[in-house]
Amino acid sequence: MSIWEYANPKKFMALSGRVLPWVAGLAALTLAAGLVWGFFLTPDDYKQGSTVKIIYIHVPAASAAINAWAVMLIASLVWIVRRHHVSALVAKAAAPVGLTFTLIALVTGAFWGQPMWGTWWAWDPRLTNFLIFALFYLGYIALWEAVENPDTAADLTGVLCIVGSVFALLSRYAVLFWNQGLHQGASLSMDAQENVSDVYWIPLVICIAGFELLFLALVLVRARTEIRTRRAQALMARERLA
Amino acid sequence: MTALLIRDLRLAVRAGGGFGLGLAFFLLVAVLVPLGVGPEGGTLGKIAPGILWVGALLSCLLSLDRIFALDFEDGSLDLLATSPLPMEGAVAVKALAHWLVTGLPLTLAAPVLGVLLYLPASGYGWLVVSLLIGTPALSVIGAFGAALTVGVKRGGLLLSLLVLPLYVPTLIFGAEVVKRGAAGMEIATPLALLAAITAGAAALLPFASAAAIRVNLR
Amino acid sequence: MMPDLGKYAFAVLGSYGVTALLLAGLLVLTLVQRARAKRLLAEAEARMEKADG
Repeated sequence: MSIWEYANPKKFMALSGRVLPWVAGLAALTLAAGLVWGFFLTPDDYKQGSTVKIIYIHVPAASAAINAWAVMLIASLVWIVRRHHVSALVAKAAAPVGLTFTLIALVTGAFWGQPMWGTWWAWDPRLTNFLIFALFYLGYIALWEAVENPDTAADLTGVLCIVGSVFALLSRYAVLFWNQGLHQGASLSMDAQENVSDVYWIPLVICIAGFELLFLALVLVRARTEIRTRRAQALMARERLA
Repeated sequence: MTALLIRDLRLAVRAGGGFGLGLAFFLLVAVLVPLGVGPEGGTLGKIAPGILWVGALLSCLLSLDRIFALDFEDGSLDLLATSPLPMEGAVAVKALAHWLVTGLPLTLAAPVLGVLLYLPASGYGWLVVSLLIGTPALSVIGAFGAALTVGVKRGGLLLSLLVLPLYVPTLIFGAEVVKRGAAGMEIATPLALLAAITAGAAALLPFASAAAIRVNLR
Repeated sequence: MMPDLGKYAFAVLGSYGVTALLLAGLLVLTLVQRARAKRLLAEAEARMEKADG
């Protein structure tokens, strides 16, 4: 019994169908617990006031957005190497979720930056990278939509995902270089892991788990939708032939 | 291989438009920006490196879909796929042809447009050098985007959406070289990184482009 | 029960609001697509069975 068993759409549907209610329920529970804890039960920060509460959305969304891209990359590689359709469809299913999380991270960042930095937007390396990241997501989704043949689309988006990953990484370092070239050592970013005390840390971890579970649940639903659509299309194609 | 290069160059020149269009667009950018920003020399000189690089990048973008589209439509791409020349080589040659008719003229025209934008005198050399080193990457990356979208009808806009994020590192390092050169600062690091991106893209991306072409011809 | 958000109420509530909106949009889109795919598949399978039988 190996993990590749689930590359079979039927087996994947059976397993995901059984797991999905649990994942979705757990995601809802964790998110609710983490956000309620973070929103109602944590004190204000002495410097940031009540804006610390934004961290419970901002950081989990950002990390889930990056993980979503990693999932897409791995799924694309599996599709290109082993030609399992489920894998390609998981990559396709993950993209809109990743884009939404990227947007959430950007918007909540703007809401936080407005009172804290006095500006909605700053060309800080991290912000810039996330904006570029959102563009990568947009291009990837647009390519899926534009190509009609599903296998061709899967191949092309797979290649784009791999090349895009390399360039996204290059952009990351390029942007770091570009901004440091402008203002030496001016760091606006807040490094959560380093200076956040336990009071904020525990609900934050719960929220991160909640966002990851939410991502998993959404990807499962979307992948199941894709498999159903593919099957319906195959049946209709057979009808036309008959 | 040389035959393919010569054929592509001849087609590009003869088909009209394709050859001069990018240059004309580049000129227009250099004219429109001062009209929009205002004629103050200080402001223009400051943003000139960025404008020239963004302009070159956009002009390059204009002709990208021609790299494969015409050959795809009339079937010569299928012929290329069955010819002894590996697809990777064909893609590289086509990217080179694209660079010769867009990137190279843009590079040569850039100093003239630099005058229009009050580029500081110390920047001209680095402008030409950075474009010379950076524009091949634009053509190679663009060929990859064109290979992805060759089967899509009216794929021009999609092509831009796919290619522009991939241009980010080249743009950043290229403009940085000119900016630093104009300010008389040290330029070795961005120049080396720019060259590294071009070399890496030219060496590796043809494989990805060829894979995409094969998928599209299936 | 509502915590006192002080002068940052707009930023905090705005963040939570926009996030809720975006997530709700994604969820609705996902569920609508799911319902459509289910219906399409059920229809196609029903037709197949009729044709077979």
